[in-house]
Amino acid sequence: MSHGVNTGALVVFVLFFLLVTVLGFLASRWRRSDNGLHLDEWGLGGRSFGTWITWFLLGGDLYTAYTFIAVPAAVYGAGAAGFFAVPYTIIAYPLVFLFLPRLWSVARSRGYVTPADFVRGRYGSRGLALAVAVTGILATMPYIALQLVGIQAVLDTLGVGGGSSSNWFVKDLPLFLAFAVLAAYTYSSGLRAPALIAFVKDTLVYIVIIVAVVYLPMRLGGYGHIFDAAATKFNAVNPKTHQPVGSMITGPKAQWGYATLAFGSALALFMYPHTVTGVLAAKSRNTVRRNMAILPAYSLMLGLLALLGFLAIAAGVGKDANGKAIAGFNPQLAVPELFSKLFPDWFTGVAFAAIGIGALVPAAIMSIAAANLFTRNIYKEFLRPDATPEAETKVAKVVSLLVKVGALVFVLGMDKQLAINLQLLGGIWILQTFVSVVAGLFTRWFHRWALLAGWAVGMVYGTWKAYGIASPATKHFGGSSAAIPVIGQIGYIGLTAFVLNLIVAVVLTLVLKAAKAPEGVDETTAADYSAEEGDPELADAPQPVAAH
Amino acid sequence: MTLEPDAPAAPPGLLPPVTPARVLAGLSLAVPVVALLWVNSYAKLTPKLGGVPFFYWYQILWIPVSALFTGAAYLLLNHDARRRKAARGGEVR
Repeated sequence: MSHGVNTGALVVFVLFFLLVTVLGFLASRWRRSDNGLHLDEWGLGGRSFGTWITWFLLGGDLYTAYTFIAVPAAVYGAGAAGFFAVPYTIIAYPLVFLFLPRLWSVARSRGYVTPADFVRGRYGSRGLALAVAVTGILATMPYIALQLVGIQAVLDTLGVGGGSSSNWFVKDLPLFLAFAVLAAYTYSSGLRAPALIAFVKDTLVYIVIIVAVVYLPMRLGGYGHIFDAAATKFNAVNPKTHQPVGSMITGPKAQWGYATLAFGSALALFMYPHTVTGVLAAKSRNTVRRNMAILPAYSLMLGLLALLGFLAIAAGVGKDANGKAIAGFNPQLAVPELFSKLFPDWFTGVAFAAIGIGALVPAAIMSIAAANLFTRNIYKEFLRPDATPEAETKVAKVVSLLVKVGALVFVLGMDKQLAINLQLLGGIWILQTFVSVVAGLFTRWFHRWALLAGWAVGMVYGTWKAYGIASPATKHFGGSSAAIPVIGQIGYIGLTAFVLNLIVAVVLTLVLKAAKAPEGVDETTAADYSAEEGDPELADAPQPVAAH
Repeated sequence: MTLEPDAPAAPPGLLPPVTPARVLAGLSLAVPVVALLWVNSYAKLTPKLGGVPFFYWYQILWIPVSALFTGAAYLLLNHDARRRKAARGGEVR
């Protein structure tokens, strides 16, 4: 795919990278408090972020570089099916509006840093908390790896790194550099670094996408022409499967899949440790609720971005000069190729910087979130119960480094396809923590052992089903949709597993209650769940160190 | 003459758990979810808008509309929370 090095674009790209590197290190001084050694400081930015910072942080966190690459790539490859990301991000906010404020309040009153902390406090169950923590870490690791895949796609298109050079070290040097820098400022600044860098990232993303959806269609003869070109592509019949290559709208058989994928993904979105971290870093309960109403601005960007998949088709991306499809073209490169083909060089650099920085922000937050989980729910819980807050912070910092190195080794050493497969699987897994966390925010009715059993059943069912799915690219874990038992339609495996999980949890709770199994101690009170900054409930709460 | 002519009928400081504001807020949150999960209602190509098939522009249009609904729920619940606080404060302080 390499056309030689695109110097103009590369210069702009590098300049932006330098800018955010400086910002990342300066961030440690931004709004710093007196007690910098507490894990609340490094891991949650002192729980001090107001509405706008939270908006930028969560936007930078949820809409990752991989999203920017993968969503239009899916639309480019399959048409309507790839557009499910839009309803997914629409319905996510009304759904989480119901429970995230309660999670914020109880975490603030009891000093919880991770979702597993909450489960531990609510159910008095170390086992259930461990299950939630391990699921979170497992689901986050491939997600970090995919951020690297996003940067790689951009670097490939820029003509640096990727397949052109034979020496593996030189080939991957740019990726090493980007990640070394990321690791260093995350280590020193904690959550403040991605929060500050998110301003740059999101500003660039908004500019690039608005320019792209206005300017590129003019170059390509308007949207009418663009969608005609797409229809021609998707109506063509694949000679191997004798099915059309894609579809412009979801056919009657694909509608269950579309809706369940959107619904299941929306439920899973705020179960990910990195999204919870972003929410808990907010200053007040109302900050969280306000954000549910203003975050859709990012979904709008995502919707427009998804259309770029069609633009790439109309621009002839993935075809050679004679208009013949290039065999083995990687759809992940659809958008980077589209930009470099139609934008002036310097603006290609801006666009690629947006994607590259778009990878750094979530990668930083994800590694912090995974580090928080390990520190609080494994290290402190099982290895060193007497660890001081200072020791916790030290461990978390080191773990954030290890997590990133792990992701780097993963991407360089193993097949990229594996990272993609595992990320799909991670989505199925993380959804299985929903019952424990969200039901717990409203009721103590469920029994802790029943929740653990439901989680286990959901994990096993989801993994087993996903294992059996082959795709042209991979033998196992090739997708996340399969026939739903009883209903018989094709639907999202994660959601089916979630329903099973819920049924098991309900039935076993009834059984365990009848058997009078020990319930465990609930350390939370009803008032914890509606506490707002300034309420008397929070007067005795562990105080987040005041930010200036 | 009584000092409090508007003495409430309900026990002071306790608003019922279900108030009109809360019901409306719940509905506001439910509308976008139901609309988007009902895929069959928008799985069609026409009418097109500026060359974009219905399927796509309809879903994109729902993004700002859903934000309005969530915003409405936010305002309704804030109003409700203020009334609850006032009711509680009237009793305690």
